[in-house]
Amino acid sequence: MARIDLDHIAHAYKPNPTKPSDFALKEVHHTWEDGGAYALLGPSGCGKTTLLNVISGLIVPSSGRILFGGRDVTHLPTEARNIAQVFQFPVVYDTMTVHDNLAFPLRNRGVPEHEVEKSVRETAEMIGLSDKLGRKASGLGADEKQKISLGRGLVRQDVNAILFDEPLTVIDPHMKWVLRTQLKHLHKRFGFTMIYVTHDQTEALTFADKVVVMYEGEVVQIGTPDELFEKPRHTFVGYFIGSPGMNVLPAEVRGDEAVVAGTPIRLKSSYPPASGKVELGVRPEFVALSDGPDGLPIRVLGVEDVGRYRIVRADLSGTDLNVVLKEGVPVPASPRAVFDLDRVNVYVDSHLVEPVAGA
Amino acid sequence: MLELINVTRKVGAQTHIDDVSMTLSKGSLNVLLGPTLSGKTSLMRLMAGLDRPTHGDIRVDGKSVVGVKVQARGVAMVYQQFINYPTLTVWENIASPLKVAGVDRATIKARVGKAAELLRLTDQLKKTPLELSGGQQQRTALARAIVKGASLVLLDEPLANLDYKLREELRAELPRIFAETGAIFVYATTEPTEALLLGGSTATLSEGRVTQFGPTIEVFNRPADLVTAKTFSDPPMNTLSVEKRGGSFVHHGGLHVPSGPETAGLPDGAYTLGFRPHHLSLDPVAGAVRAEAMVAITEITGSESFIHVDVADSRWVALTHGVRLLEEGDRVPVWVHPDRLFVFDRDGRLAAAPRLAAAA
Repeated sequence: MARIDLDHIAHAYKPNPTKPSDFALKEVHHTWEDGGAYALLGPSGCGKTTLLNVISGLIVPSSGRILFGGRDVTHLPTEARNIAQVFQFPVVYDTMTVHDNLAFPLRNRGVPEHEVEKSVRETAEMIGLSDKLGRKASGLGADEKQKISLGRGLVRQDVNAILFDEPLTVIDPHMKWVLRTQLKHLHKRFGFTMIYVTHDQTEALTFADKVVVMYEGEVVQIGTPDELFEKPRHTFVGYFIGSPGMNVLPAEVRGDEAVVAGTPIRLKSSYPPASGKVELGVRPEFVALSDGPDGLPIRVLGVEDVGRYRIVRADLSGTDLNVVLKEGVPVPASPRAVFDLDRVNVYVDSHLVEPVAGA
Repeated sequence: MLELINVTRKVGAQTHIDDVSMTLSKGSLNVLLGPTLSGKTSLMRLMAGLDRPTHGDIRVDGKSVVGVKVQARGVAMVYQQFINYPTLTVWENIASPLKVAGVDRATIKARVGKAAELLRLTDQLKKTPLELSGGQQQRTALARAIVKGASLVLLDEPLANLDYKLREELRAELPRIFAETGAIFVYATTEPTEALLLGGSTATLSEGRVTQFGPTIEVFNRPADLVTAKTFSDPPMNTLSVEKRGGSFVHHGGLHVPSGPETAGLPDGAYTLGFRPHHLSLDPVAGAVRAEAMVAITEITGSESFIHVDVADSRWVALTHGVRLLEEGDRVPVWVHPDRLFVFDRDGRLAAAPRLAAAA
């Protein structure tokens, strides 16, 4: 396994790019640690697949270098990069047995047969196909075929990295749980460097140590799941992580006072004077409903019961406000919204603003 | 009104749909919830008239429609794949079923305009589908299904191929769109949360059978049997096999769970206890039963953590608020309150539902 350096990488599909919007991938400059589990998360068109293709060698970036374990591989083809890949749809030889499918990447590289046998058995156990090794792949369901694909990605332990491109899309929710848990377990046990592309927040957050959130060709934040949840650095991260996403409310902020929908709120910290579009970000989980005189006046539009919690959809003078209520918490007759002030973030032009130090 | 009466469909020796009876009323939203191959698509094909039942009858407003062609039924379908005419504009795509039906130009114009507005496509009408995002492509397919004024609209995992944020957006709008058309909507999904967010009624499917059909939140709160409870729980419901002896449920590993007011009257014998992951707590809960667990894996989503633990001979999942950093092999106590327990009898039928869930 190897450390991956993304050294000032940018990519444009058209020749001679000039303006920022010409770039499918705007400049990325990061080091991804050996043995780390990274997820690339973002909506379609955000550049995550372009970045994955740069790493796998399908694309030579317009500028910058990519290094595996300190070695420049920018111009090496995929097959010379010693990586394993798992795709969205099963890539399986139907006429071969499960055993031979798993053995294929090893035999292809001339691994001695006794070692092949050992690795195949271990891998089959990891993916739960030990009792089907002798079966032809053609007779298996989509779930099981995708498990074989995962197994083929995991069978070689000398690879630089394993790349996953939306590998669980075709899998049933219950089986997703099992496979995701197994991947995480394998990562802990073998310390593979794993890069996992997905548009599914749950998959990204549960799989990865570090989640790389991408938006319009740009990496907007790299963080642990709780960093992305507690301190989104961009309103897009707040919106994209969490369901429903963070409430983003137009505001005026002066020092430690914010005015939202005409109502003043005393913040926990002081903020520097800002020019630009000022907004408060507060997650639906950190808004409470009170029937007292405090808080912001809202109009309840609807309540959705999701079993273990309820989502209250409300209007706050023309802006949507979502509130998540835990099981058993009632909705007052004419509620007002009260924010948990420890969990309110301030944004200027969509970017997080840090409070004034010591204030 | 659409009625399915003892509908069975066999293909060769295989039973695809097994004795399904259900009544869908006008203007209702009906979710078919079940894993892949549980029979959702087969059931929709029967409703649409694409397949014929081997036994049983299908009636629309009291009249049998078995043998009536799809084209004559007033049915529209939307699939997981975005199906549009790539060379036609969005306007022409939405208008196509009306043109085929020979509707006059003025009516077409009015109805396409209204459908486009309902699905927020008014600004996209001159584009072709490939210039649109996935979400807009699927909105176009939905608009085309709705514009016909079909009395039955079948949606087969229509949001499965969308980014989850687009899914969230469109899903929040669907109940409003459904309410405005007055048709019978049938919506197939593999995801319990999607069923809950859509509301309406839910039929849970397992191996070609409808295991329960009723208002969505009621099926969730009072699943008729263990199969339904497992189908309608994500993460999966935690279970424990026990023996009831007098005042407690006893697991052979030594765990004792006292029976409550709902369960005290149950006869002694073998039962399965079930409870949802958010009711398995890593913090002490007053009146709860404590068990010793070993952490298998921790998954953190930011707002919540999923802790997979091994307890006795079972693997359970605890869904807790906030970030919990626990390592594999850590020994932790876990708590579950007897009032949160579903009790299923030897045949898997619900013997008692949790007091708190039923009251909430």
